[in-house]
Amino acid sequence: MQYAFPRRQGVQQVYQGLEHAFDRAFGGRLNPLKHLGAVAFLLFWLLALSGTVLYVILDTSAGGAYRSIEEFSRDTASLGSILRGLHRYSADGFVAVAVAHLVREWLLGRFNGFRRFSWLTGVPLLPLAFVCAIGGFWLNWDRLGQYSAVATAEWLDALPFLASPLARNFLGGAVSDRLFSLFVFVHIGVPLLLVFGLWFHIQRIARAEVFPPRALGIGTAVTLLAMALALPVRSQGPADLGMVPGALALDWWLLFIHPLTAATSGGFVWTLVLASVAGLFALPFLRPSMPLAVARVDPAHCNGCRRCEDDCPYGAIAMIPHPNGRRGVQLARVDADLCASCGICVGACPSSTPFRSTERLETGIDMPQWPIDALRRRLEQQLAAARGAPCFVVFGCDHGARVDALASRDTLTFSLACAGMLPPSFVEYALRGGADGVVIATCREGGCEFRLGERWTAQRLEGGREPHLRRAVPAERWAFVGADAGEEAAVHGALLDLRRLARADTPPQRQEAIA
Amino acid sequence: MNKALNWTGQAVLYAVFALVIGVFSGWPTYRALPADQAMIKVSFIHHGQRVADCRPFTAEELSKLAPNMRTPMKCGRERSPVTIEVDLDGVTIYRQIAAPSGLSRDGASSVYHRLQLPAGEHRIAVRLKDSAAPGPFNHTRDATVKLRPAQILVIDFDAEKGGITLS
Repeated sequence: MQYAFPRRQGVQQVYQGLEHAFDRAFGGRLNPLKHLGAVAFLLFWLLALSGTVLYVILDTSAGGAYRSIEEFSRDTASLGSILRGLHRYSADGFVAVAVAHLVREWLLGRFNGFRRFSWLTGVPLLPLAFVCAIGGFWLNWDRLGQYSAVATAEWLDALPFLASPLARNFLGGAVSDRLFSLFVFVHIGVPLLLVFGLWFHIQRIARAEVFPPRALGIGTAVTLLAMALALPVRSQGPADLGMVPGALALDWWLLFIHPLTAATSGGFVWTLVLASVAGLFALPFLRPSMPLAVARVDPAHCNGCRRCEDDCPYGAIAMIPHPNGRRGVQLARVDADLCASCGICVGACPSSTPFRSTERLETGIDMPQWPIDALRRRLEQQLAAARGAPCFVVFGCDHGARVDALASRDTLTFSLACAGMLPPSFVEYALRGGADGVVIATCREGGCEFRLGERWTAQRLEGGREPHLRRAVPAERWAFVGADAGEEAAVHGALLDLRRLARADTPPQRQEAIA
Repeated sequence: MNKALNWTGQAVLYAVFALVIGVFSGWPTYRALPADQAMIKVSFIHHGQRVADCRPFTAEELSKLAPNMRTPMKCGRERSPVTIEVDLDGVTIYRQIAAPSGLSRDGASSVYHRLQLPAGEHRIAVRLKDSAAPGPFNHTRDATVKLRPAQILVIDFDAEKGGITLS
């Protein structure tokens, strides 16, 4: 059975528009929508930091908890008030950002195939986050905490297998210190479980971002601090189990489940929660991906330089001793389960240079479905077909702007699985083969389908990463452009600029042909 | 100029983030119970009486038992369900038959139920029956209570405190 959501494409386009709007304000590198996971991590660290201090001052008895928090945070602009605000707003933000992260990955179709592991390990983190967050309200043991604890107990009582109602713990009198210890455990123990879950979640990602870029991190932290100062979090009176709490300033981000249960029923909300979680778990199986081709290592051409291992965005490559037995020489080995079939390793391999004089271009690591030799042959054939007439080469990416739409008599286009698959020496090879200019089009900055392809391509072309484009290649004869699908005009613009430069630099009799 | 616009855009987006998070962190206020209402919580955990009375083992039954298992009385495990009824100002507003818990139906029966009512003075009658044998309710309690808005009245059962309790 195939999963289908006909409107997703439309929603995807709307989302892409939103992401591009954020690009305009933040730039691709700092766009928070492209770092939602990392921002969620930052919020988690802020929660852990502020929570540790709050726990130190918390009187962990039912009778003393309210007083201890109240005394610590009563004065606006005091350290206690700021920490409390930071803790609350980080929790709100964490849930909001984590949900946004999940929605984004779903919208972009990033939940099956090699991403299935990350999806399946990410889904349970959301309910866990809610458990931690809701438990935090109980520790303050004010009227909001009382309301949440009673509502949670009543909701749990809707489950059919509890022998006696948990809500009986809150009938009159006071909550026992023993039960309050359980509250503390929920709010301390479950976050530890969450840390383990987060670690698990990023296991199949190389260079996982557990902190966002510094400027974005500072901006987020400053925003939360400003919120803590402008909207200090206040207790809502000590808990009194003899009374139903009156009007409550409810945190809808974290406690919406209680009013929802009151408006419907415990059974309905359990069904909703379980169905949602089951649906999210089922998603990768409802829309199975085609088996991906796995990068293949050729021991005869692999010199163990580790560049492919370093550049692989999913940690699919490990180094093992080379079977030739020479001491210290290593060989790349691809873990088929982790390989995303992006080809970034091919672009990283120094043996992928087209200048090698062999008839067949054999490289150290190659994609069986798009061998680098086939790319060189196609490039050579098409340049030869131009027979000296002006021509431009565009290397693009299947997930970014559709460069094939720009193909014409004098524009040769090559769309790769990822622009990161292109060894930079192909730019020079195309120019030496007769091209008047070369455009390399990747996805927008920070928007690579395979996380790092666009970044590595830019760094290789700029000379900051191996293998790099030789500095001797004239900069006015190649252009790098980041453009998402639908932004073919940006690639076309880069092509026009190259044409202009090429015309200015060309003998008059050829200028007309270039135009 | 472009940089100034970028900074402004970022400031606006951070402000929108803060506004959305901040506003829904405490607004709109929520009231679990209308201002003029009070609440009754009917709740108990109570073992119903045994369905079958204990009786002495017959000599034949005793002979079939291992020597260390021989006791004078044979008692069935199954308990009676517990029935509770609550009348408010002469009208029955709640009736529940709570089955005993456990696979052998030998555990306690439990109830937890909330009833919302207008604050003020009310006549409350509670009846509880913990025996499957036909007959009237074996525990009853009548009381007139005056409830303030938002006050919670707990109706419980505690055999040591004389049966049905109101607190």
